[in-house]
Amino acid sequence: MPAIVRLLAKRLATSLIVLIGVSILIFAIARVIPGDPARIALGPNATAAAVAALREKLHLNDGFLTQYGYFVADLFRGDLGISLYTNRPVTRDIAEFLPATLELIFVSGIMMVALGLPLGVISARYRGTWIDHVIRLVTLLGVSAPGFVWAVILMLLFAYYIQLFPIAGRLSDGLGFQPITGFLLFDTLVSGNVKAFGDALWHVILPAFALALSGIGQAARLVRANMVETYTKPYIEMAEAYGFAASRIANRYAFRPSLIPSLTIIGLDFAAMLGSAFLVESVYAWPGLSKYGVAVILRKDLNAIVGTVLIISAMFLIVNILVDLMVSVVNPRIRLSERPS
Amino acid sequence: MKKTLLILTRNPLSLLGLFLVTVIVLAALLADFITPFPEHVGAVVDFANFNQPPHWPNIFGTDLVGRDLFTRIVYAYRISLILAAVVLIIAVPIGVAIGLAAGYLGGWTEYVLMRITDIFLSIPPLVLAMSIMGLLEPTLTNGMIAVTAMWWPWYTRLVYSITRSEREEGYVLAAEVIGASKLHIMFREILPNCVPSIVTKMTLDFGFVILIASSLSFLGLGVQPPTPDLGSMVADGAKYLPDSWWLTVFPGLAILFAVFGFNLIGDALREILGGDA
Amino acid sequence: MTGPTLRIQDLRLGFKTWSGMVDVLHGISLHIGKGERVALVGESGSGKSVTARIVLGMLQSMKSARISGRLSFEGIDLEKLKARDRHQLRGTRMSMIFQDPTSSLNPVYPIFTQFREVLLRANPTITEPEARLKAISALADVAINEPERVLDSYAFQLSGGMNQRVMIAMALVNNPSLLLADEPGTALDVTVQAQTLKLMSDLVEQHGTSVLFISHNLGVVREFADRVYVIYKGNIVEQATTDQLFANPQHPYTRALLKAVPRITGGGIPDIPESTSGFLDPLIAHAGASEKELLS
Repeated sequence: MPAIVRLLAKRLATSLIVLIGVSILIFAIARVIPGDPARIALGPNATAAAVAALREKLHLNDGFLTQYGYFVADLFRGDLGISLYTNRPVTRDIAEFLPATLELIFVSGIMMVALGLPLGVISARYRGTWIDHVIRLVTLLGVSAPGFVWAVILMLLFAYYIQLFPIAGRLSDGLGFQPITGFLLFDTLVSGNVKAFGDALWHVILPAFALALSGIGQAARLVRANMVETYTKPYIEMAEAYGFAASRIANRYAFRPSLIPSLTIIGLDFAAMLGSAFLVESVYAWPGLSKYGVAVILRKDLNAIVGTVLIISAMFLIVNILVDLMVSVVNPRIRLSERPS
Repeated sequence: MKKTLLILTRNPLSLLGLFLVTVIVLAALLADFITPFPEHVGAVVDFANFNQPPHWPNIFGTDLVGRDLFTRIVYAYRISLILAAVVLIIAVPIGVAIGLAAGYLGGWTEYVLMRITDIFLSIPPLVLAMSIMGLLEPTLTNGMIAVTAMWWPWYTRLVYSITRSEREEGYVLAAEVIGASKLHIMFREILPNCVPSIVTKMTLDFGFVILIASSLSFLGLGVQPPTPDLGSMVADGAKYLPDSWWLTVFPGLAILFAVFGFNLIGDALREILGGDA
Repeated sequence: MTGPTLRIQDLRLGFKTWSGMVDVLHGISLHIGKGERVALVGESGSGKSVTARIVLGMLQSMKSARISGRLSFEGIDLEKLKARDRHQLRGTRMSMIFQDPTSSLNPVYPIFTQFREVLLRANPTITEPEARLKAISALADVAINEPERVLDSYAFQLSGGMNQRVMIAMALVNNPSLLLADEPGTALDVTVQAQTLKLMSDLVEQHGTSVLFISHNLGVVREFADRVYVIYKGNIVEQATTDQLFANPQHPYTRALLKAVPRITGGGIPDIPESTSGFLDPLIAHAGASEKELLS
């Protein structure tokens, strides 16, 4: 079996174990907290009988293992329980809100790579010069503020004072567009509605950029650090001795060896955006998982909390696996470890 | 140590960082003396003066109930710094100890400890803290607990990877041959080699804890009013953009400068100490 | 073309650090005639490696470097050349091989990618099939049996000796006038080193390439070089033909070098006791081997 497939299988297995651990962890925390979810859901005026009935229905009086057992059984049927906040199946809630968040993160991720990597390369190539200093300062600033601070500053600058972008939401009213999958950029393209596509893009750029700033900064700093290290390697000295053009060395011969150690961490940063997306969504009234997530957390809506955290962690793990796959593709040493030398 | 300080002060960027951090720490320490309206930290209202843009004596303006923003920001700094210090003082020893144990003792201990660490690390940082916070009452203490709970794994992973590579080094084998106890080897032999990385990371983390804590309170999961907190100030003020811009911009910039300062120092330390944070 | 391939006159190198000026080369002079093989011998830190890099023009871009002296290559004064023209010489008319062949080759690109890049230096319009053919023939010259397979491999998949031969092939494929060899084969097994040096020797003979051979290994120098310059702490202390030097070393440092036992680690650099008196004695040039005599 080729090395990549073996790698993939091993990672999937480990991730599964970890995911089970996550579910137990969140489940445990949720059960340990003070406060009675049934009472909170029904409100302070509900009768004791009504609360008791709900508790029975939610299996809240059973032992921990029993409750977990019910949970796993339901999970296999695709049932994450009912949310006490929306009174709908949690799966439906997630299906409604998740695409918006995913789309935001996706666009952010593209920005992170498209802007962060080149900045890092340029910074390393011109290290010590003013270009380098400016880039380092800017990237460090990007990393130093939480997403919501940038979200606010960007909104002030580019949506209010200089009215370049819209203030909130995903799509302008009055376009009358019906989403299919919930991924607006995809839906609009597939429907051939170019105007709506442009509108959706226009709406997503500012929040995505606010979210991406931290990731751009980190990617640039990481790539720069690794490239500076690579520039000290003998094979770069040899490239210089042979007179390869400086730009070629920077963009090809120094970049790819530096990318390999950077990829894993860039992947982690990208996945961490899953968490920070919450912050940006609040500022831009982006109808994603954040409003729902915060609301259910404040209401101790156990099913919704467990469901949301589980889905997010699963995505986190999937992204990590994808990144590892990418690393093994880019790094010939891993890819070829089956072949004898 | 002296050499480190010397190098730190020569580099203009790290000097800037030192300057920022010193200003912030001093401000936090001397909050009672340097702020014009220390009583505004509590539940005070002054409707005659509310929602004013920056002017004298309220150099950052006033908030929606008339409290001086500058005063509240300085006190918020104090709380943030204390929170960061407490979190790190608790999280770092836990994380380091687990990392040492997992890295050196190997076998089942390693597997179990690292899988547990992985579990914590596989939930995006903010989400984990949010969940814990959400399930507890939002207070300062609980905030510290939540952030500590999500913080220790990063140190475990750091120390674990260093320990793994140091495990095979000559000095470790020598100590084993002499018959040194496992505890001695972990804490007196291997740990000193981890210290540069740990110190660098701690410096950087001061800023990042402040960042995460402010993110939590931005979402309403942090300290409750009337305690001043940078994140909640930004959240409260965000509704009144762009007119009362000072309500969000100053607290936001305050967060930025604090984290920026610690990052600058941390960066410089990383270059000097050669840690791999 | 008259005159030596390479001529260095009174080359000085210093680095400006924040604790003052650090002088590395104190005015060295040497030359290499066409087709000649000249060795520059010394311990690590003597300045031999930086000399080669100065010839290639690689140190000049360092902001802290202060270089003075005359350097001429095939009669052209290198300092007077425009930067772009000087850069054009690298990889085409002068090339270099390095100490550790495996780490000198880029680990994430196959050999052919790098070979092609080298060929592009001399002929920017060369097509990929043409380049492949040239590379294959160059590899055949260094006695590599399966050139196609090697070209598609990565450096970590090949042995050290194989990589060394690849490096030699790359260095000579554009037919340079001058080859700079910085401690070649030091990282290799002794027997492999001997083989590849013989190969290198035959090839430069064929092509008529001049060689500046930098080493601390006197045994190898004796096998390979026509003339030797001994360098110590940035000064040339003795120069002679190989036979002259080994038959009758005169400078105290040279004598110490010849008597010294090579260290087992650290690339086998000889273990010379710290400067005994006489190490800084002025230059001794053997009969008929001084710069003046050879160049007039």
